[in-house]
Amino acid sequence: MDTHDSGVARPVLEGPDIARVLTRIAHEIVERAKGAEDVVLLGIPTRGVFLAQRLAAKLEEITGRKIPVGSLDITMYRDDLRMHPPRALARTEIPGDGIDGRLVVLVDDVLFSGRTIRAALDALNDIGRPRAVQLAVLVDRGHRELPIRADYVGKNLPTSLRETVKVQLAEEDGRDAVLLGAKPTAPAGER
Amino acid sequence: MMRHLISAADLTRDDAVLILDTAEEMARVADRPIKKLPTLRGRTVVNLFFEDSTRTRISFEAAEKRLSADVINFTAKGSSVSKGESLKDTAQTLEAMGVDAVVIRHGASGAPYTLANSGWIDAAVINAGDGTHQHPTQALLDAFTMRRRLVGRDAGLGQDLAGKRVTIVGDILHSRVARSNVDLLHTLGADVTLVAPPTLVPVGVEHWPCEVSYDLDRVLPKSDAVMMLRVQRERMNAAFFPTEREYSRRYGLDGERMARMPEHAIVMHPGPMVRGMEITAEVADSDRCTVVEQVANGVSIRMAVLYLLLGGNEPAVTHTRPATERPAHTVLSDEEK
Repeated sequence: MDTHDSGVARPVLEGPDIARVLTRIAHEIVERAKGAEDVVLLGIPTRGVFLAQRLAAKLEEITGRKIPVGSLDITMYRDDLRMHPPRALARTEIPGDGIDGRLVVLVDDVLFSGRTIRAALDALNDIGRPRAVQLAVLVDRGHRELPIRADYVGKNLPTSLRETVKVQLAEEDGRDAVLLGAKPTAPAGER
Repeated sequence: MMRHLISAADLTRDDAVLILDTAEEMARVADRPIKKLPTLRGRTVVNLFFEDSTRTRISFEAAEKRLSADVINFTAKGSSVSKGESLKDTAQTLEAMGVDAVVIRHGASGAPYTLANSGWIDAAVINAGDGTHQHPTQALLDAFTMRRRLVGRDAGLGQDLAGKRVTIVGDILHSRVARSNVDLLHTLGADVTLVAPPTLVPVGVEHWPCEVSYDLDRVLPKSDAVMMLRVQRERMNAAFFPTEREYSRRYGLDGERMARMPEHAIVMHPGPMVRGMEITAEVADSDRCTVVEQVANGVSIRMAVLYLLLGGNEPAVTHTRPATERPAHTVLSDEEK
């Protein structure tokens, strides 16, 4: 997670690329959802929420309609809770009209093992019953451990397990970038 | 590493704020149609109640069930304890059953501490009230209620109660609620004033981090929150005040007194209320009285405590290590996605 500080991290996407990629995803959502009329965007904290907000702004530009956007914290649904100390909970905020019968697009920064998305699907189950659930990610780095794939991918980034992918967003980190770095000395299985 | 919650005094400011923030998220679960999380699936929690308590036991039970823990309720009445079994034997029985946490209410001050430190049992111990000593989850839910009302639900996140003035009125001597509240409110930066008849003020109160007054009317206009305590007749083995009428005249809260409080100030009561004694029906039923909110907040706080102590492989709450060294309860790293 902190390898980018060591100076070996290499940017694979910069600010303008990220903006372009999000515009493309927004257009894809409109196209696939035939106008995005019943779309609800749910970001997965922390950076997924910012991406969801940016996507919502772009969708509004395209369709001229306000797209509901919220956040979905999946911490308490994780399957590795018993392997780490409990983490502080992030905010879950479901738009006022709920998600029943809507097309929910989950938004996250990096898709890796797929376990976060599995947890998110469980969490959605407890909140309502969407018409369909789709997944949008900025980066897909592979190495899935579950049969999960994204509907909208900003960039496919084939990586090795010895590498780290770090997404930085202006809202949280002061700049927009996707950084590819080498894992420091962490032994395998740290996940 | 803190594996147990025995006393409100054990909590650091950061721990207390973390618990309050976590409870705020837990409270959102209560607003959903499905009020359940899979977080403690497969964990067993025993509610070990040696002393009668409906409110606290139900609150813990609701919290445990909302987190999907397996719950075993144990009341001393009609159990082997009434046949003469000791706390140690009970603990070892629970240990043999593989219990992950014990929520204990006991009439003897220090029973939860003994259970946690004796080596009889490996489980996390949560104090649900011991004698006249401590009731930490009550103090946490009171602080949570104050933060919501006085700082704000969203604005309160990450905040403590710095500068808030809290008055606790009544039977301080027998009150574990008062002790726990003084400890926690001091940690959170609030100024606490105890108001009670001199006979109901404990010896050694001068060492507590609070002020003491015998005059309720002087303190009321300067209070942001006024917490009325129940007069615990069952613990009174001597004449602590001449008559109930006199107590209620000097230390009871009625509409007239409430009018002297600042407009934003709230009235709290840990329950059960004795209407007409320490609080009049007029006050108890007013908008400023938070008794019902406190009950709802109790479930959220207990969910937060159970999650932070039991949710992972080691507790997130600590009082031995500085906050900077605490294991990351931070954002997800991409390695975990």
